[in-house]
Amino acid sequence: MSSNAVAKGEHQLEIVSFSIGSQAFCLEISHVLEIRGWTPTTVLPHAPDYVKGLMNLRGTVLPVVDLSLRLGLGVTEPSARHVVIIVFTNGQTVGLLVEAVSDILTVSPEEMMAAPDVSGGELAGCIRGVFARDDELMRAIDLKTTLPFLATGEAG
Amino acid sequence: MSALLDGFFEECGELLESVFEGLSALEADGGDQEAVNAVFRAVHSIKGGAGAFGLEALVAFSHVLENALDAFRSGAAQIGSKEVQLLYEAGDHLSDLVERAARGQVSGGEMPDLHRALEGICGAVDQEEDAGLDFQPLTLDILPLEPEPAAGFDIVFRPHATLFENGHEPALMLRELGELGAIDVVADLSALPTLDAGLAKTPVLGWQIGLESDCHRAQIAEVFEFAEGLCDLEIIARDAEGLKVEDPVTQSDIDRPEVVERAPARETIRVDLARVDRLINIVGELVISEAMLRQAMTEIPVAKYGPIEAAMGQFRQLSGQLQESVLAIRAQPVKGLFQRMSRIVREAAREAGKEARLVTHGSATEVDRTVVERLVDPLTHMIRNAVDHGLEDSDRRQASGKASTGTVTLSAVHRSGRVVIELQDDGGGIDRERVRQIAIDKGLVGESDELSDAEIDNLLFRPGFSTRSEVSNLSGRGVGMDVVKSEIQALGGRVSIHSEFGVGTTVTISLPLTLAVMEGMVVETAGEILVVPTTALRETFKASNAPLHALGAGGHVLNRRDGLVPVFDLGSALGFRTAPGEYGDHSLLLVETEAGRRVAFAVDRIRDQREVVIKGLQQNYQEIPGVAAATILGDGRIALIVDADQLAEPAVRGGAELYGGAGYVQ
Repeated sequence: MSSNAVAKGEHQLEIVSFSIGSQAFCLEISHVLEIRGWTPTTVLPHAPDYVKGLMNLRGTVLPVVDLSLRLGLGVTEPSARHVVIIVFTNGQTVGLLVEAVSDILTVSPEEMMAAPDVSGGELAGCIRGVFARDDELMRAIDLKTTLPFLATGEAG
Repeated sequence: MSALLDGFFEECGELLESVFEGLSALEADGGDQEAVNAVFRAVHSIKGGAGAFGLEALVAFSHVLENALDAFRSGAAQIGSKEVQLLYEAGDHLSDLVERAARGQVSGGEMPDLHRALEGICGAVDQEEDAGLDFQPLTLDILPLEPEPAAGFDIVFRPHATLFENGHEPALMLRELGELGAIDVVADLSALPTLDAGLAKTPVLGWQIGLESDCHRAQIAEVFEFAEGLCDLEIIARDAEGLKVEDPVTQSDIDRPEVVERAPARETIRVDLARVDRLINIVGELVISEAMLRQAMTEIPVAKYGPIEAAMGQFRQLSGQLQESVLAIRAQPVKGLFQRMSRIVREAAREAGKEARLVTHGSATEVDRTVVERLVDPLTHMIRNAVDHGLEDSDRRQASGKASTGTVTLSAVHRSGRVVIELQDDGGGIDRERVRQIAIDKGLVGESDELSDAEIDNLLFRPGFSTRSEVSNLSGRGVGMDVVKSEIQALGGRVSIHSEFGVGTTVTISLPLTLAVMEGMVVETAGEILVVPTTALRETFKASNAPLHALGAGGHVLNRRDGLVPVFDLGSALGFRTAPGEYGDHSLLLVETEAGRRVAFAVDRIRDQREVVIKGLQQNYQEIPGVAAATILGDGRIALIVDADQLAEPAVRGGAELYGGAGYVQ
């Protein structure tokens, strides 16, 4: 991020924030197509455990990922209250199962801080950085590393 | 400008098609004037367009080619098989140049040798003309010489309604005839109705024309040139005494052969492919919502045979027809694909130092555009294989009493909802002993394995199998027929090979007509709904009635007249559950794979058989072993379409357990 060249306030990012357990995460809004309520998925064979299955989004078949499990924060037991964030990146559409969406915020890219490697495990590789907001840390999801089956076509 | 340029390149594709079409006609009959003309016209059009866009390399080459063709056209140079080969090479080069130009490379890629060879053809003509020796006046085809000029002609001319619809005026034609000599016109009123019969809808007038002139018949025909096929025309030459000097030649006689040869030009429009695909998607959705509606209707009381049911039936029929018609838009003849292959044959034969030609049948057969596109690579590979491994060289062919030029036949035909493409060579056939030995050497089969001929032939499709010990320029890179097979399978197709030693080899590919829908058996197992493609399905039956025998721990075989068939639980093959020890209420699906392997899959219940819309998984996810694609059911749920061929392979089923399906047992 070449922060100096960009004057504050000129280049703003809109982010969607949501929580998993007690932690807050966020995604750039430009990646988000829509947010839908949870509906049961079709189980996929030979898939990594965090891939919940397939959902039908108006005729498009897309995989749904249990984001909590992917980040190493435990299995989500989905209910009708849970939501699926439909993200579009690299020409692929994927659903992310989360508990609830909290807010839409505006941040500037230079506010993002590199996440110090304390957590280790799954989480570390899936975070691009963090934003601090109202005493809370907003962990920015890195879709590329979080969804290894994207583009490369090889899943873990 | 760029839109115009795109249009030009698209047109070039069509023009090149007619170039090669003409060349194959020339190959069959070197004296085919019309073929030379057709090639000439196409090359001329390419040159014209290229000139307008300043594509100099293209202009320069098409100019030389055009000159050479002109020499053939005028008869100044003769077309033999050598010349046809040269023209083929020129056509290939022309395609290359068009392709380069389409990529924005305006210059480069010239082939000076080819240039010179073509110039040689016109050059030879120039020299002859310069020398002025033995110069024979050439007859022009538009004015064929009459045996002897006639003193006059009797002409019967009776216009059809279409003549007037096309805006022609008989009076003008008669006036033009008058310029050829003294004419005597008598109107034929015999068909004229009486006034009380009302207005005539069809022309009732005809004319008998006597023409005193020593002109040629062709000059008269020229007057009626634009009325061809729009009238009855009879031209009879007579001598001074008024006697017929020849049998009447009627217009319909002249026209008939041409009508047979040329299919009527169909009107077409160019449409952006993305628009068609969007339409197909929407119609796919429509079919799904129709199914959803139908399902919802089963839950409310509707009068049997009532108006709602009738309307639903009609809706279903219409949406089905709509889908069929929309999918037909994407269909494309395999002609272009086949023409590309004729080039592959030429190149492969040149590189291998063999003589080969390609014969094609059924090039008008239509297949989905994507299928056509994705067939290019596997077909190329197969053809190279056929030329490199299949055909013998000329000496060996002659020694075994065959024509020195090998023939590769490529044919396409529609058969029961699929398109079958056959590649046949008249080469030496598969040397089964050698294939078997290589398979043993490579550890693909055991030394003592009993293999049928078909099984040996199918070894060619095994990964890592390549019979050539040296890596040739053409094939033998070790990525042989197994790649072909997997590519065909990815298209939902099947491939098989049949060979007769010393006579030749036939590879048969059977493909679905479209990638958008398929016929499938909807089954339930382990709480999931799955679709088994009917193409692989041979039979279904209840496990309770079947002659099932336990074999080993949890294993079962089905005892059938023609042998034992292993039974696998579909749910556990996909990792949904662990296999049940007993098959009681289960249903069995007997499937047969491409390779002829038979396996019975046990499922909990068979629901029904229906057409399903195929939704690929690669776009948003990735390939899954044992799963071909997904589909959306009437209630909006997603069902996986299983890849029966893959699941029947022990490696994939084993993989299912390795993947740790345990996490998915619900």
